[in-house]
Amino acid sequence: MTDKNNNQDNKFLKHLKKNWAKYTVGILLIVAILYNYDRDPKVTQAVLASMVRHSTPLVLGALCGLIGERSGIINIGIEGQMLISAFAAFMTTAYTGNIIFGVVLGILTGMFMGYLLAIMSIALKLDQIIGGTVLNILALGITSYFYQVGLSMGQKILPIPLGKLADLPLVGRVLFNNPPITYTTFILVFVVHYILFHTKWGLRTRAVGEHPRAADTVGVDVFKIRYVNLIIAGGVAGLAGSFLSLEAVGSFERAMTNGRGFVALAVMIFGRWTPFGAWGAALLFGFASAMQTQINFSGALDIPYQFISMLPYLLTIVVLAGFVGRSRAPAASGVPYEKEG
Amino acid sequence: MTKENKKKDDQIKERSFGIVGVIWKKISVPLTSIFLALFIGGLIMAISGSDPFEAYGALFQSAFGDINGWGRTLEKATPLIFSGLAVTFAFKAGLFNIGTQGQLLMGAITSAYLGFAITGLPAIIHIPLALLGGALAGALFGSIPGLLKTRTGAHEVITTIMLNYVAINITDYLSNGPLKEVSSSDVVARTPPIEASAEIPQVAGLPLGFFIAIIFAVFVWWILEKTTLGFEIRTAGLSGTAAKYAGIKVTAIIVITMVISGALAGLGGAVETQGIVGRYQPGFNTGLGFDGITVALLGKVHPIGNIFSALLIGSMKAGGAKMQFVADVTPEITNVVQALMLFFVAADRVVRWIIRQRETDDEGLTLTTGWGN
Repeated sequence: MTDKNNNQDNKFLKHLKKNWAKYTVGILLIVAILYNYDRDPKVTQAVLASMVRHSTPLVLGALCGLIGERSGIINIGIEGQMLISAFAAFMTTAYTGNIIFGVVLGILTGMFMGYLLAIMSIALKLDQIIGGTVLNILALGITSYFYQVGLSMGQKILPIPLGKLADLPLVGRVLFNNPPITYTTFILVFVVHYILFHTKWGLRTRAVGEHPRAADTVGVDVFKIRYVNLIIAGGVAGLAGSFLSLEAVGSFERAMTNGRGFVALAVMIFGRWTPFGAWGAALLFGFASAMQTQINFSGALDIPYQFISMLPYLLTIVVLAGFVGRSRAPAASGVPYEKEG
Repeated sequence: MTKENKKKDDQIKERSFGIVGVIWKKISVPLTSIFLALFIGGLIMAISGSDPFEAYGALFQSAFGDINGWGRTLEKATPLIFSGLAVTFAFKAGLFNIGTQGQLLMGAITSAYLGFAITGLPAIIHIPLALLGGALAGALFGSIPGLLKTRTGAHEVITTIMLNYVAINITDYLSNGPLKEVSSSDVVARTPPIEASAEIPQVAGLPLGFFIAIIFAVFVWWILEKTTLGFEIRTAGLSGTAAKYAGIKVTAIIVITMVISGALAGLGGAVETQGIVGRYQPGFNTGLGFDGITVALLGKVHPIGNIFSALLIGSMKAGGAKMQFVADVTPEITNVVQALMLFFVAADRVVRWIIRQRETDDEGLTLTTGWGN
């Protein structure tokens, strides 16, 4: 009995030793936030809410990326998937006046883009980096070509406060007073985690991403797993696109994704190809973006705004270099699978 | 028929077509790809109610119709060759440099600074000096992701993307602050114009920068194919572990590759500043670095292939305006066509199937095997 306890203690200590930096940063952040909240609740809430807003498309983009990569397909076309979905969602809403149609079409468009990527990288065995690049350029071209100036969609999606939860101090406004796609994102993080690590499908997905040949020998259909995963991942990116045009901005602008698809890739790697990791990374990035907006807005620091705008990007580099180090991608990620015989 | 017999049969067939057959075999896939991409692009135009023949006609006329058209096309192709070479060079070492955009911006603003701040130099010194400055700035900026990768393992795809945004902000700040043109009426954020002695001249209506770009393409090919460094770079690109066992210092190779790649991108920015824009102005170089990825991939990651793919994309940029003017077709359709070209060139199986050509061993385009740590 005592032996077991000792073991557990050791495990805990080891874990603490390994991850002390993470916990320290986390605790410091929480203390800083609480301190600020005590001083200026309004601004703190605004910054945190803005953090969540900034992080939503990144979480979704990163989920899209990691679902694909866990099954062995690198997706650098997230940017394009998001852009064209944002466009489809906006156009549908503008023409039908129905936001739900818009979101559905956004997701379907994303799924179709995922399907295209799957055809290119699985059936045609195209280099996956090229496949993603094709999606990115194609999306930019198609959306710009068919874009019509002056189209509008009316009201963007509004936040839905979740009853009494929304009245809680601090977290209420930040977590429980959001528009529906943001709530969906929270839920998706848990769902994807559950599917990846606690279901048969997830096990197969990870097997296919690590060692497709072995998975194949025990009867897993490598191609099917990859196809389905990429299509689902595309749907998630489609949701991110819908978020951008329908929930965040309320219109479509040329190249409105503005690099978020690539940042989402950073978030994915930063989060070590796990949903919760990606969520944390996206929140950190969102926090930096929110702080940047806040500092620029308040003019509290006498620094040219460009240097403050660099913050989120520099932060990503520093954290990537300092804390994460060498993260390991799924082994078969990027390698086309050829059946033997 | 056994496989060997088949191969022999093929060789005989090939011989019977002579040199034409050999050349056809080399260019049939790219040519068919371009044709297919244009065809589908035309279909999209037709569906949306425009006349594709009119549109393509205007584009072609404007890009190649006369000496001015050629001038425009070569002008647009010049920075693309450089950014394409930058991407190509990094690819050869197995690195994906998405940061060409940032490196190009740093090169562009540095060469602008050297162009207007130094006066009284003869052109023969001023032009190369400003170009060198641009190359150094790009190299310096390119070395950061290289060092980060070798020292800390931070992946270059992410660090280069992040550094792109950093570069945008740095150049914005510089052209808005310390390097801003001071004039009573001008509120535009931009640097003063460069001295005439730093401007890259035109030769018989054609931009000299283009020929500099060609020299660099050949130079890059020479480095990669004929030098020890090139051999080491390519070995490291094929397999890091194999290179290590062969006694190659892979970490050094990574940094050197990123430095050279960054220098090439920086040169692209410098040539654009000194040959076309004449100063640094935010927003004037947008996309030139990113297009380098397309150029490199379309050129099959070959330095010389880059020249042709840059010409192709350059011609679309050069003729886009006319296309919009004559046929009322938004020039962004060329983006769609580019994406399709890239697709068909990379998916040569599809194209070969269409033109009934047998697969060759050396073809096919593979760049990456994962995130490759």
